[in-house]
Amino acid sequence: MSAKHGIKMTRVDKAFTFFVYVFLTFCLLAVLYPLLYVVAASFSDPSAVATGKVWVWPVRPTLIAYQTVLGYRNIQTGFVNSFAYMFGSTALSLIGTIMAAYPLSRKEFVGRGVFTFVFAFTMYVGGGLIPTYLLISSLIMLDTYWVMVIPGMVSVWHVIMCRTYFQTTISDELYEAAEIDGCSDFWYLIRIILPLSMPILAVLGMYTAVGSWNGYFSAMIYLTSQEKYPLQITLRSILMLGRVEMTSIDDAEALQNMQALSTLLKYAVIVVASAPMMVIYVFVQKFFVKGVMIGSIKG
Amino acid sequence: MEKRMQKRLKQMRRHWQLYLIFLLPLVHVLLFKYAPMYGIVIAFKRYNPVRGILGSPWAGLKYFRQFFSSPLSWTVIINTLRISGLGLIFYFPFPIILAVALNECGNRFYKKTVQMITYAPYFISTVVLVGIILQVTDLRMGVINMAIQAFGGQPINFMGKPEMFTGIYIISDIWKGAGYSSILYLAALSGVSPELHEAAIVDGANKLKRVWHIDLPSILPTIVLQLIMGMGNIMNLGYEKVYLMQNDMNIAVSEVISTYVYKVGLQRSNFSFSTAIGLMNTVVSLVLVSTANFTARKLTGSSMW
Repeated sequence: MSAKHGIKMTRVDKAFTFFVYVFLTFCLLAVLYPLLYVVAASFSDPSAVATGKVWVWPVRPTLIAYQTVLGYRNIQTGFVNSFAYMFGSTALSLIGTIMAAYPLSRKEFVGRGVFTFVFAFTMYVGGGLIPTYLLISSLIMLDTYWVMVIPGMVSVWHVIMCRTYFQTTISDELYEAAEIDGCSDFWYLIRIILPLSMPILAVLGMYTAVGSWNGYFSAMIYLTSQEKYPLQITLRSILMLGRVEMTSIDDAEALQNMQALSTLLKYAVIVVASAPMMVIYVFVQKFFVKGVMIGSIKG
Repeated sequence: MEKRMQKRLKQMRRHWQLYLIFLLPLVHVLLFKYAPMYGIVIAFKRYNPVRGILGSPWAGLKYFRQFFSSPLSWTVIINTLRISGLGLIFYFPFPIILAVALNECGNRFYKKTVQMITYAPYFISTVVLVGIILQVTDLRMGVINMAIQAFGGQPINFMGKPEMFTGIYIISDIWKGAGYSSILYLAALSGVSPELHEAAIVDGANKLKRVWHIDLPSILPTIVLQLIMGMGNIMNLGYEKVYLMQNDMNIAVSEVISTYVYKVGLQRSNFSFSTAIGLMNTVVSLVLVSTANFTARKLTGSSMW
């Protein structure tokens, strides 16, 4: 920042700048290396991984791990389910959030103080794991596709963020003008508010999508049938419980090196499961920083 | 009074569409957030799934006494406090240092690169994160032990040593979250007036002094607010990551309140006992968060409410 001022850097300044770069480089490598290693290992020859020949770059590159992983049935259904849950919960959550945030943002909405409290209260007090489970159970939602998208439809935190955005970026005069032109509350939302709110909707959508794709706990407690499992559950059984279905491997040579291959598969599974989120990251990067900032605005 | 009521009713009638729109989310919150709060009564009952919440007999404070008389409960509380307390102490400075360093980085391209890479782990799932930990710390196939052996050392069974659990938990937390958490501080730093720096340069202050006397005091309110909120949330240690990192060897130090609630309730079907533990945790947390919030408002003038 201050280098621009054209004043010569002192020795302390130089040392300081040096340490800044050293620290940043350390952070960069510390975050990057494990990721690079996982990717490199997943493309390497099983025996090279097992004997510790892989450090940064794939050794004797092969796609055997990916062929096996992508041919694994539970991964395929997990992938499809996770995508369905992600799109479903993102769409529903955006609708639910807008429907709650829009009235709460309008000063003509009599009772909005009470309603805001009713919503915000749940951020600090909740029923807890078991009462929620019993509710889901009594709604006959256990082990259904719905349980993965409906309960999370209204996130109070998102509602507060969205309401604050509506209030701070869209002026009241706009409503007054629209009202004179005969615009109703509903059409004001559709025609005026929504087109002006794309940044916040992108950010909230991203949060929901990432949370949905990456979550495993609700699936673990509410789902019991394999064909409904999202990818993270399959991932957990492979990575933590070490359950790899070796019957899907018919390559005789590969069978010889089963343990090495199972390690390799874990790396490939990690890459496959994280790839969609990395793609999202690249696309939303522009909004990402902004989103954290909006999220930090107090309700 | 009468007149004001009438005016309000008139306004409500005029904006009936707002109420219609609001109906769905309101019902959702009442159903999925408030209905489970009613379910808390089973903490005071001997809940029997067949007889339902209303039909089950009252048990008074039986489950609360059971919790406090069991030595395991204290272990679970201490584990929770240790993991989140040490987590707060060691995690907390990292995002601040990273933000200051990024702010001082003159090379824009390098700054962007570091930002892009350090934010990336935010998008990695907990399952994948713990999977990576298990893989790289593996006794035979893990890259860390291979490196140790390459330098002539003895391999270490990282995940098998209880004394290493908290450390691994916190280091991986920093790895995953420090970049993301730094965004907040970086934003606060970008709000520091350049004039302050210019004046300090004229007075002969070097960079280190300017960071110490200008940048840090400027973002102090953000730091204090984050710290106090972190302390308020000390009992709210989530189950997702701890549960995945647990194994038979580290369970004595890794069983925390939230995972205990899950195991007692859903794995052993002791619904009432589990709900009682959860309720106590909620109450203590609420007190802590309220205190934290009150303190934050007194100290910095800003709070969450």
